Amino acid sequence: MPSVDTRMSDSGDRQAAGEPRGGLAVAVWATLKRDLTLLMRRRSEVLNPLVFFALVITLFPIGISPDPKLLATIAPGLLWVAALLAALLSLDSLFRGDYEDGSLEQLLLTPQPLPMLGLAKVAVHWLLTGLPLALMAPVLGIMLALPAGSYLILAFSLALGTASLSLIGAIGAALTVGLSRGGVLLSLLVLPLYIPVLIFGAGAVQAAIMGDGAAAHLAILGALLALSLMLAPWAIAASLRISING
Amino acid sequence: MWSFINKLRSPKWFYAISERLLPWFWVAAAALILVGSVWGLAFAPADYQQGNSFRIIYVHVPAAFLAQSIFVSMAVCGLVYMVWKIKVADMVAAMMAPLGAAMTFISLFSGAVWGVPTWGTWWMWDARLTSMLILFFLYLGVIALRGAFSSRDSASRAASVLAMVGVINIPIIKYSVDWWYTLHQPATFTVTGRVGMPMEMWVPLLIMVLGFYSFFIAVTLMRTRSEILRRESNKRWVRDLAGGER
Amino acid sequence: MAFDSFNEFIAMGGHAPYVWAAWAATAALLVAIVLHARAERRQLLRNLQRRARREQRLGVDQDEATKVSHQSGGNSS
Repeated sequence: MPSVDTRMSDSGDRQAAGEPRGGLAVAVWATLKRDLTLLMRRRSEVLNPLVFFALVITLFPIGISPDPKLLATIAPGLLWVAALLAALLSLDSLFRGDYEDGSLEQLLLTPQPLPMLGLAKVAVHWLLTGLPLALMAPVLGIMLALPAGSYLILAFSLALGTASLSLIGAIGAALTVGLSRGGVLLSLLVLPLYIPVLIFGAGAVQAAIMGDGAAAHLAILGALLALSLMLAPWAIAASLRISING
Repeated sequence: MWSFINKLRSPKWFYAISERLLPWFWVAAAALILVGSVWGLAFAPADYQQGNSFRIIYVHVPAAFLAQSIFVSMAVCGLVYMVWKIKVADMVAAMMAPLGAAMTFISLFSGAVWGVPTWGTWWMWDARLTSMLILFFLYLGVIALRGAFSSRDSASRAASVLAMVGVINIPIIKYSVDWWYTLHQPATFTVTGRVGMPMEMWVPLLIMVLGFYSFFIAVTLMRTRSEILRRESNKRWVRDLAGGER
Repeated sequence: MAFDSFNEFIAMGGHAPYVWAAWAATAALLVAIVLHARAERRQLLRNLQRRARREQRLGVDQDEATKVSHQSGGNSS
């Protein structure tokens, strides 16, 4: 079980040594900025999940039928499943680069609490995968003849849901980062845990189409996000420690 | 309390105490399963709706119970291992995982076979079967993760974290799948859990459940004893044991 | 007794294939689990004894062997 880092208790000493105040906020902000910069430099890594998303959605009308009526009935589920897989695809690289160049080890050695720093990394992952996927989904919704009135809910439910997906997925990514062939294992670990988010996310869009309010679904998605925000950072930190020290 | 935990730390103590307990659990398992089987198969009255096909309940439900409790026990063992570093707890957890997967498989298989006379199909996306299937994948994930690490200590800690993450998710998955099922399949005939099961039916079921639990404890104890010998094969007491049993 | 004759018991009121398939699969798996646990234990004890004999034959002092030997059991379950 991850315990609160004992090194945090000597903050008085560090301030005496001339370290800046508000160390945690500074560290989180620095991690955010660093990761954003790094990912913006490797744009293909950000774009690949989006292209994957569009491609998978293109496959379905070809594989099933171009009939708009049929597509409209399965569109909410299709969009959600495809977005979930796209988010999963990008998870493997979440800690991989940092693990390989050793900066993950540095992150573990900082006196700041690891759960917060992990949370910062997850936030960047969501900003550059979940959010773009959510913004892109309505366009693909048009192509799948998604009934009007559900576009906003689709984007919003995806934005809310992919945040939980990033958090839960980061646990799996942290557990498998030290393994050479972690990719397939990662999906085996993470996909079963994604099911509640998928159910309520696709359910929200479905409810919006049927005309019942989607507020209940979105509220549950929000609750799932709150729960994963509360618990996942600790699991991520513990998993990172296992992957590095093992 | 402390001394008890300290004793638990010692695999040697566990090896000795389990040797004394083991025969009792084997006897209990054999007797209970035998009595429950004969009672359930031959003496319990046939169901007024499903006829004799309902007798599958006597293997389906105990296996399903066990599948869920084994995952919880695995997570508890993982917690004990992570907090107190008790090695035996991890050995027990490692031995439980395949057994839990086997029980999940039994309940899935018997559920599918039961589906033919009740629903007219081998598989239905029934709420119980679906959450059981997801549980099966969770077990496979834990087993695969443990097998993927080359260092035993990392493998144990990673499997413990995953089991704990899984056990937090199981109720969420269960409730969301139940909710999803009622949304898509309103008021279908459910196989188990009807109210007012007569006593001649549920007493044998209870006996079978207890028998399965005894079986689980017996197998886990026995395999943990083997695992202790395997992991402690360089310790003096194991060498003396091997030398003495010639 | 819920059945009048043994044949009726086997027939399970027409549901024989399902009831017996589910029960047989369960019984087979339970027996397989027990046999596997037993075989695993026997194999392990055999290996330990073989090693003890070998070390005795070679005249390796036990404490020395503990230090030298790093042979550990497999991680597989």
